Amino acid sequence: MSETVLMKGNEAIAEAAILAGCRHYFGYPITPQTEVAAYMAKKMPKIGGTFLQAESEIAAINMVYGVASTGHPAMTSSSSPGISLKAEGISYLAGADLPALIINVQRGGPGLGGIQPSQSDYFLATRGPGHGDFHVLVFAPSSVQEMADLTGRALHLAWKYRMPAMLLADGTMGQMMEPVNLPEPSNAFGDDNPWAATGTEMKRPHNIITSLDLSPENLEKQNFERFERYKKIEESECLWEEYMMDDAEICIVACGITARVSRNAIVEARKQGIKVGMLRPITLWPFPKKALAAAADKVNAFLCVEMNMGQMKEDVELAIRCKKPVELCSRVGGMIPTPDEVLEHIRQIAEGGNKA
Amino acid sequence: MNHKRLTLFAGHYGSGKTNIALNYALWLRSQGLKVTVADLDIVNPYFRTKDGAEQLKAAGVRLISSDYANSNVDLPALPGEAYSLVDDKSACGVIDVGGDDRGALALGRYVPGIREENDYEMLFVLNKARPLTRNIDDALEVFYEIEAACALPFTAIVNNTNLGPLTKAEDVIAGERFAQEFAERVKLPVKMSCASEKLSAELQNKVSNFFPIQIMQLYYMEKEGTSLGKINL
Repeated sequence: MSETVLMKGNEAIAEAAILAGCRHYFGYPITPQTEVAAYMAKKMPKIGGTFLQAESEIAAINMVYGVASTGHPAMTSSSSPGISLKAEGISYLAGADLPALIINVQRGGPGLGGIQPSQSDYFLATRGPGHGDFHVLVFAPSSVQEMADLTGRALHLAWKYRMPAMLLADGTMGQMMEPVNLPEPSNAFGDDNPWAATGTEMKRPHNIITSLDLSPENLEKQNFERFERYKKIEESECLWEEYMMDDAEICIVACGITARVSRNAIVEARKQGIKVGMLRPITLWPFPKKALAAAADKVNAFLCVEMNMGQMKEDVELAIRCKKPVELCSRVGGMIPTPDEVLEHIRQIAEGGNKA
Repeated sequence: MNHKRLTLFAGHYGSGKTNIALNYALWLRSQGLKVTVADLDIVNPYFRTKDGAEQLKAAGVRLISSDYANSNVDLPALPGEAYSLVDDKSACGVIDVGGDDRGALALGRYVPGIREENDYEMLFVLNKARPLTRNIDDALEVFYEIEAACALPFTAIVNNTNLGPLTKAEDVIAGERFAQEFAERVKLPVKMSCASEKLSAELQNKVSNFFPIQIMQLYYMEKEGTSLGKINL
């Protein structure tokens, strides 16, 4: 590990991507993620990389497609409305089995919404952001350190599985400053990628990068193969944190900034004698279903704390097959729940449980 | 510590300008002075001087800030009221300039008045733990870019080397050495070294002109001493 530095979440993403070997960034400014682009604009020219402010979000994601086709890691970043614009390009990347890193520092929506933080792109990210049958890897950092660590991980897994990966942060995570230990520089991408369009030199057949297939039989086969790969990812790449879960009777499920708010509420609830813990999904796709199903056998109830209208709650209910009640504490539109609001929900569940 | 009628805090974004500006204003007020703070940040949409509005009001410090700060309107607008800072010479003014050259650009329109009165300090806030000001050359780049953007030369350096909640006394001391080395390069003095008031006892005689600051707490951050759970893969 290198020396500790003090960074904004957005800067940590940019620096971590560079340290992981990414030398191509394409983007278009939007609050609250503009520091990613600003940092890249300062740093990339100094290290022989490419920073390019595209004419639009759509252009930027298609530039990522172009670089990825040549076997080099590439990334783009935006915030919610900009990610909607990129959806078509993400679908094309998935259809062409290309690796890419997409950063989404979420803000309140729908539509133009606002510039304050939100987690309301949960569905968009976890259901495959675009048309067709596909998934992207989704990571939900909860500290500036994780912004750095998960950026590197997302790039490497995108490469390993040849699929797009999304870092799903929120405006608070992007803007807040915390100490970070940056990882050592690495470059696991290699020059020899047998699938990449690098020129045949008349020695091999063409590598054709496309999402178009005119034969339905072939296209079906590709879809089946892709979902075989997804199955393996679901088995091996789930990442989650368990906090005070050993004797917990109530399990909070929260990711990103709401997990931090919840941690304060849990500490307070424990002081009041309420046995509450937290299962924090770090990968949102693949979703830690098995860990939640195991928790459902131990706890009496779940409480989702989200900055959306209960999008992750649906995944929790699916994961636990509705075995236990799942309650919701949510704020939207750029508002962040307070520890007291979360505590109040915990208390209501605990009291309800006693009556039963 | 001496002060001028106007004190301007500029520097790399995230160097700590807003926190120091708030604390400096409260310090001036504690000397019985009439004080106004102006938030001229047109760059940063989050974490603004306005976050400290209640504290300033309670202390009797006037705050000039964009009506749009901390709202959903991402408008880089400056309030017309900000001119009063330059014109009303009966009050001390503390100006929180936006980060980097882009933030300092907005200061330019007030510079003719500030120069004419010539009773100001223009302070370069420096945090060695920020990745783009970790060495003298990188910090010099930021320093000259800001001067060029607002056309107001710096008059002194402020050491604000910190790692947030992990800051130790030795970080501040090392930061002061760095600030002194930097100050020699630009031929200016180091005005003060800032750190959380929690480090007061440790730093009192270790740095010259120690300026203790109260750090704005964000409610959604974990309270001190909260640990992480077990991470599973």
